[in-house]
This record gives sequence, C-alpha cells and structure tokens, in this order.
Amino acid sequence: MGQSVELDNVTMRFGDFVAVRNVSLKIGAGEFFSFLGPSGCGKTTILRLISGFMEPTEGAVRIGSKDMRGIGPNRRPTALIFQNLALFPLMKVWENIAFGLEARGVGKAQRRRRAEELLDLIALPGYADKAVSELSGGQRQRVAIARALAVEPAVLLLDEPLSALDLKLRQHMRSELRAIQRKTGVTFIYITHDQGEALTMSDRIGVMSQGEVLQIGQPADIYDAPQNAFVATFVGESNLFPGTISRIEGKEALIETAVGPMRGRNLHALPVGTPAIALVRPERMRVLDAGEAADNMLESAPQRFDFEGAFINVLLDGAGERETILHLTNDGRTQARLQAATLLRVGFDTDATMILPQGQTAHG
Amino acid sequence: MTSSSLLRSFIYLYLVLFFAYLFLPLVFMMAAAFNDSRFPTMLPWQGFTLRWFQELFADQLMGRAVWNSILIGLGVVALSVPIGLAGALVLYNLQSRARTLIYGIMVSPILTPGVIIGISTLIFWRQYFGVGGGLMLAVVAQTTFIAAFAMLLILARLQRFDRTLEEAALDLGASHTWTFWRITVPFLRPALLAAALMAFLQSFENYNTTLFVIGTETTMTLNIASRVRLGLTPAVNAIAVILIALTILGAIIYELMRRAEVRRRALAAEAAA
Amino acid sequence: MAELFRRTGPLIAWMALLTTLLWVAFMIVLPQVMMVDFSFRPSLPPSKIGGPEDVYTLKNYATLWANTIHRGIFFKTIWSSMLVTVLALAVCYPIAYHLAQVARGQAAALLIVALIVPFWVNEILRTFAWFLILSRNGIFNSALVGLGLIDRPIQFIDGNIGVMIGMVYAYILFMVFPLYNAMESLDRHQIEAARDLGASTWRIHWRVVIPHAKPGIAVGCIMTFMLSAGTIAVPRLLGGPRSRWFTEVIYSWFFDGGDWNQGAAYAFALLILCIVFILVMMRLFRVSLQDIAK
Ligand SMILES: Nc1ncnc2c1ncn2[C@@H]1O[C@H](COP(=O)(O)OP(=O)(O)OP(=O)(O)O)[C@@H](O)[C@H]1O
Ligand SMILES: [Mg+2]
Repeated sequence: MGQSVELDNVTMRFGDFVAVRNVSLKIGAGEFFSFLGPSGCGKTTILRLISGFMEPTEGAVRIGSKDMRGIGPNRRPTALIFQNLALFPLMKVWENIAFGLEARGVGKAQRRRRAEELLDLIALPGYADKAVSELSGGQRQRVAIARALAVEPAVLLLDEPLSALDLKLRQHMRSELRAIQRKTGVTFIYITHDQGEALTMSDRIGVMSQGEVLQIGQPADIYDAPQNAFVATFVGESNLFPGTISRIEGKEALIETAVGPMRGRNLHALPVGTPAIALVRPERMRVLDAGEAADNMLESAPQRFDFEGAFINVLLDGAGERETILHLTNDGRTQARLQAATLLRVGFDTDATMILPQGQTAHG
Repeated sequence: MTSSSLLRSFIYLYLVLFFAYLFLPLVFMMAAAFNDSRFPTMLPWQGFTLRWFQELFADQLMGRAVWNSILIGLGVVALSVPIGLAGALVLYNLQSRARTLIYGIMVSPILTPGVIIGISTLIFWRQYFGVGGGLMLAVVAQTTFIAAFAMLLILARLQRFDRTLEEAALDLGASHTWTFWRITVPFLRPALLAAALMAFLQSFENYNTTLFVIGTETTMTLNIASRVRLGLTPAVNAIAVILIALTILGAIIYELMRRAEVRRRALAAEAAA
Repeated sequence: MAELFRRTGPLIAWMALLTTLLWVAFMIVLPQVMMVDFSFRPSLPPSKIGGPEDVYTLKNYATLWANTIHRGIFFKTIWSSMLVTVLALAVCYPIAYHLAQVARGQAAALLIVALIVPFWVNEILRTFAWFLILSRNGIFNSALVGLGLIDRPIQFIDGNIGVMIGMVYAYILFMVFPLYNAMESLDRHQIEAARDLGASTWRIHWRVVIPHAKPGIAVGCIMTFMLSAGTIAVPRLLGGPRSRWFTEVIYSWFFDGGDWNQGAAYAFALLILCIVFILVMMRLFRVSLQDIAK
C-alpha cells in the first residue's frame, strides 16, 4: 500500500548552483502525482532526493511521515524507474524482475513465481527467459515497472519513463500505468516534461521552473486557472495579450491591450493600473459570423491554416504578443469557408479570458 | 606509368618487405627446428627430423623451468588481477585534483625499464624482509608492472559502465557489496579475463625483470636465453615452434570467440527489432 | 574518496583502497626510494651496516663518471637507443599510415592480425630469430658465402649493428600500434581536401598527418626508447663483450661485482635518463600522461 511523501522546505545545491529551491509539498498515500517542467528544471534531482541517492542541502524528506535523512536508497520504501530504465543487460527478464527479491534472500522458486505473476500484470506472459536485448522499447518499459513493483514499494518514482517511446505506444502506456497504479494502490510520483502525459494521468500536478514549484493543483485547475504566465504558457497553448488593467468589476477586470479592451477573469485580484496579460486558450476562440457579437473581439487577417484532422489551426497576423492561434473544430466545410475571407472577426468570452500578472513565460 | 601508380607500387613493395622482415625470421627459426643439423639453421637443409623435440622433452632442466614459469604466471595472475581491479576502482571514483599525480604513480611501472623494477624489488625485499631472489620475488617484481597493465584494461571497461545500473540495484534494496558482485563484477568479467590472460602471457615471457630476482632458480624464458648463450642446439627452436603454435592457436580461439559474440549480439539486436 | 565510499560501500571501498595502497607503497614507491637510498650509500659488509661508515655519499655516482668505459657505454646506450627509435619510427610510419588510411575492409583487418601475431611471440624468441640469421653459421652468412660475395663468415654478433637490428625488430610493434591508433582517428576527408587543394604528398604528411599523429608518435618513441635503453635481453643475446649495453654493466655490478650500491646508482642513472626522455617527449609533442598509458 502507498505511503505519503512530504518535502519540507527542501533545497538542493550543487556548489553555487541551486537545483531545487525551497520546495514544500505533501503527496498523499496512493496519489498519482506528477512533476511537470522543462528540461533541467530539477525534476530528476527531486526524485533522487526522495529515493535517497542524494540528501537535501536544507530541509527534510519524509515518507509515511518518517524523516528519511541518513537512510540510504536501499533502505527506503521507494522504487525508482530510471530515465534510461537501467535494466540489467546480463540478466534474463525474470532475473531482472526478481532482483530485488534476490537481494532480500527470497528462494529461487518463489522468486520465479513472483516474476511470472508480475509478467502477467504487465501483459508479457512467457517472456521470463528472454534476454533484455530481445525486448522492444515498450516491453523494456514494462519490465522496468515490474522490477520496481516486485519489491512492493510504498512509493514508485518514475523519471520520464515514456519519453523514448513512439506516440501510439506512449498513449497506450499512459492508460496502462494508470491502471497499474489503481490496481496496486502505490503512490506514484511521475516526472515528465510532456504536459499531455501529466494532464491525462495525474491526480495532481506540480509545475516546476528553475528549481521552484510554481503551482500545485489538479489538472483542470492548472489548465483553467494557472497562477502565472509561466504555468499558463507551459501547460497547453495560449494566446497572450499584454496590457494594463483599466477597470475592476467584481471578479472581472478590463484590460487595455494593443488590439483593444478585453474583459476577463481577474484571478489574482490585480488592482487598476497594473501591467498584466490577457490569456486565451486557442480552443476558446471562435470565428464570428456577420453581425454576431462576443464579450471580447478582435479583427485580423488569417495568415495560415494548419490542417490537423479533428482541428484546424488558424494563425492570425500580429494581433497578440506573438501570432494568435485558434483551434477550430473541423465540420468538413470550415477551411473552405474561412479561406475565402480576407479579414476574420474573432470572438471569445469573458469566462475564457484569464487576466494574469506579467511575468516570465515558457516561450522565453 | 603515372607518379601516383609508381608511388603505389612502391608502397606495395614496401609492405611485402615489411612483412617479410616481420615473419621470415620467425619462419626460419621454426623451420630450423626440423632440420637435422647440429647448429640451428634452415640452410643447408640436412633432412627432416623430430629429434630436437625428443631432446627437448627429455630435458629435465627445461621441464623444471617451464613448471616454474607456470607457477610464477599463476601467482602473477592471482595478484595482479585483484590489484588491477582495486586500482581501477580507486581511480574511477577519484575526482580530486590529486588524480593526475596518483594516476601517474600507478602507471609509472609501465614506463620504468624492467631491469629497474627487478633491481629495486631485489634491494627492497632483501634489505627489509630478508627475502632473496626466487620464485616468490619474481612474482612480486612482475606484479609491480603487470598490475598496472591490468588496471588500465579494467579501467577502460569500467569507464563504459552505466552507473545507473548500480543505483538501480541499490534502489531495489541490494547492499553495496551484493551490488558489486552481482552487477559490477559480471559487467567487468571480459576485462578481468583479458587481464588474467595478459598477465599470464606477460609473466611467461618476461626476461628483463625476472633476470634480477630469480636467484638460483630459472624460468623457461631465462632458460632459453642461457641456452642461446651457451650450448645452443635446435631444441630451442623446438620450443619456439611449440610456443608460436600455441600463440596462433590462442589467437584463433580468441578470434572465433569474438566472432561468436558478435553474431550473438547481432541476433539479439535483430530479435529486438 | 568520499565518492568511492558512497558508490561502493565501506567494505569494497576499504578493500580497494588497502589493496591499492599496498601495491603503490610496497611495490612501486618504497622499492624505488630504497634503491635511490641504496645508491647513495657505500657498499659495506653486513657487520658495518648502520655503523659510522654507513653515511650518504656521492661516491657511486662519481664512479660512473670517472670510469670512462662505463660512461662511454652509458652515452652509447643513449645514442643507440635514440637511433633505434628513429629507425623504428621510419620503418613503421608508412605501414601505420597505409593500415590506417589506405587499406580497407578485410585487407586492413588481415594486415592488423598479421601485425598482432608476432606481438604475442616471446621477446626472447624474436631476438633469437635474429641471432640465427646473424650468427656466424647463420642464414645471412651462408647466403653471402654461397653467393661468393665473401669467403669467410662475418661476425655480426658482438657488434652494435646486430644489437640494433635486433632491437628494431623486437620493439617495432610498440611503435606501429600507437602510430596506427593515432592515425586511424584522422578523417580521410581531411587528406582528400588537402590533396584537392593541390598539396603534394610530402606536404600532406607534414601539415596534416604528422600533426594529427603527434600523440601516437610520442607514445611510440617513448616506448621504443624506454624498452631499448632498458633491455638486457637483446644485448645479452645479440651482443658480445665488445658491444656491452648499460644494463649489462648494471647486471655485472650486481652479480659479478657484488656491489649492489654501485649497481643501484647505475640503475638510478638509467631511470633518470628514461624519465628525462619521457618529459622531453611530452613537452615536445604536448601530450599528457593519460595519452601515453592507454
Ligand atoms: N550531480 C550534479 N552536479 C551538479 N549539477 C547537477 C547535478 N545533477 C543535476 N545538476 C544540475 O541541476 C539541474 C537540474 O537537473 P535535473 O537532472 O534535476 O533536471 P531535469 O529536470 O531532470 O531535466 P531533464 O528533463 O533534462 O531530465 C541541471 O541544471 C543540472 O545541470
Ligand atoms: Mg531528468
């Protein structure tokens, strides 16, 4: 069964470089928690702190409310799935899976039995005696998971385990991981820089940047109510319109942007006169028919159409901070209709417009 | 003829001469072992004989010398492989600025003339431990530099080791020692075997160092040398034939094993794809 | 050090450290220190060791300088070893270049195997092979006499020529492989580009190949020189009283003269010579110890 993991003001320094800065959070027992952030933001470092390969420079790591300082990786109730999997190349599949049991002195027959049970769990029955080199990428992936599960860890740590797989397999493995987590009840701490992965699998997500955790929340919160421009731009696509707040109306505010005033949700209760940005998700924008109105509107020439099948992406010229993008549902006639127009009127609602403090974005 | 094709034929001529230079002396030496002539030479050919081999096998001193060589060789393997492994582990994990210095000291025996290693070993052990020349001292003296070769071989493989494998083992609850035996040593096995083979061959053929520390004993190599200097007969050539045959046999076995390994890998890679 | 303990745990770390320490202390450092210490002391009968006469002195080194024969042999050894080194370099350079840059595929692989096999043949046997060729009754004399070029066999053994031929032969492979390894990493396109720009063959070697192969040249030269200056096998087999090598002088101090202190001083002089040679080569060719010991 899973155990909780708590990081209490954890800071990790490598010389002068701060890889993890003042991170405090609590992950519940049996939770599927993801750390999401760009490359080099300190995700692996956090996992290594939890699994015991490093001790934090400051702060404490607790597992099941027990302080882990001084406890080596081989004595923590965690199992880590490495970024490169680290399967033992000289051992057969079943020996890999049973390695943790071997280290605990479990007899051979019992080890073999347990390995075969786990092979069933990961849907690879009959693979026990194969060499690791004979497996495909996805199969290796699953063997690594089985190997970690074999020691019945309370916390399973996964370091970008799907990054080497192709798209189809990645999607398949997502649901499989989620299913395994439900079945075993183990706490999963999952690392990824792929927002799609984090959003679909996690109970909660921690978004990281440069060693700090910027926001923790459920996937929908992270997406629909990001706390700052970085989170908003890193998770999902977005259109940004910088400007200054000119009026407050309850929970809403009016912001003057280069393409006109926009009304949006004032998520941080920013006062009048603050430089801010209006942020709109591309799928929340629509093309207005003649005479149709919306809370917020802008006019621009379509620059390009990218056909994606279910969606059509429309790129508008020079309206936002970068080019403005719309995701339109494809009804079979959309593209033909739009291509005829030289100027598009685009509308979006107050509800779809988030007003955030100006700050660093994930676009750099 | 253009100048470049002239150059090319020069190069081929040179290649032929070079390999003739490399091999003909060995061929002459081996052929002389079968020549029925009292002095070991191929020319003039006096007829085929195997009597030099018979003489060799009847020679008790030679038997003893070969036996000594084998004993020393085994001793050197037993010492230099563990030392080489230990040294490689230390160097591999060393990050301090002293690394260059320590590395320098550890490889210095390779760059020291063999006679000097023999001499310093002889002086040190006689002076401080009262140990005189003999088989024991030969093992010690040879190990001094053969361990350095072994260390370099092992270190080269260690540098290709994926350290996350060790971490994965620890993470799964294995102790450090268990991890070492179960993960690190199996990975190093080819290098350890190569080091053992290298150590034995180096020990077997060593002359310069052994000459100073062997005392009143003898080894096969020393025995060959003293025969050449005094009382030369084609029996020495008979030894040469046997040793070279063993060498070539060893090379063939090594090559076959290597090819089998390559094929196994290719098959495994194919199955994975 | 902490890294070693963290990575391998205390048991293995201690064992590795201790083993390494014993090796470095009792086999590498202390014997050398002892030898040097020995070389600065007079040779005394056991009863007087530690007595008033057992003081540090330069006498043993003075002997090396004062004895014109020994001094001459010392310089001859240096000079001849350098000559052997240069000869080996000249002989090996074209071979290494051909193997690394010209020969391809199966042919190259075969040539390399052909180089390796003699490498594994005992040094003594390789030397002996030349003894058989050069000796009074050997092939060379038989051939010359047979062809009527000379009427009496020439004594090649017991001359410096024989020793040097034997050394070039015995150590050639220590030159070929470093050269080959260094040249192999040179991109063929560089040579083609140089040729394309109209560079002559000499120029290509001088400006492209040799600069690239510098570490290999340095390593080959160091190994060949060290082996030549430090060998006793070759001169004992192919030399005679008139072509004594410095190592033979050292040997006779130990086992004929019975003056180990004197022998230690000579040995230390030889060691210094090799160290100086290595340092000079490292300087000249700008290579580090890591490049040499591979
Ligand atoms: N042992 C170390 N010594 C020094 N710096 C380190 C060490 N480990 C990590 N770092 C640095 O800490 C920062 C964070 O590294 P980390 O591996 O945690 O990133 P990450 O988020 O996992 O990135 P990625 O997605 O690329 O795997 C990087 O800048 C890295 O260079
Ligand atoms: Mg990482």
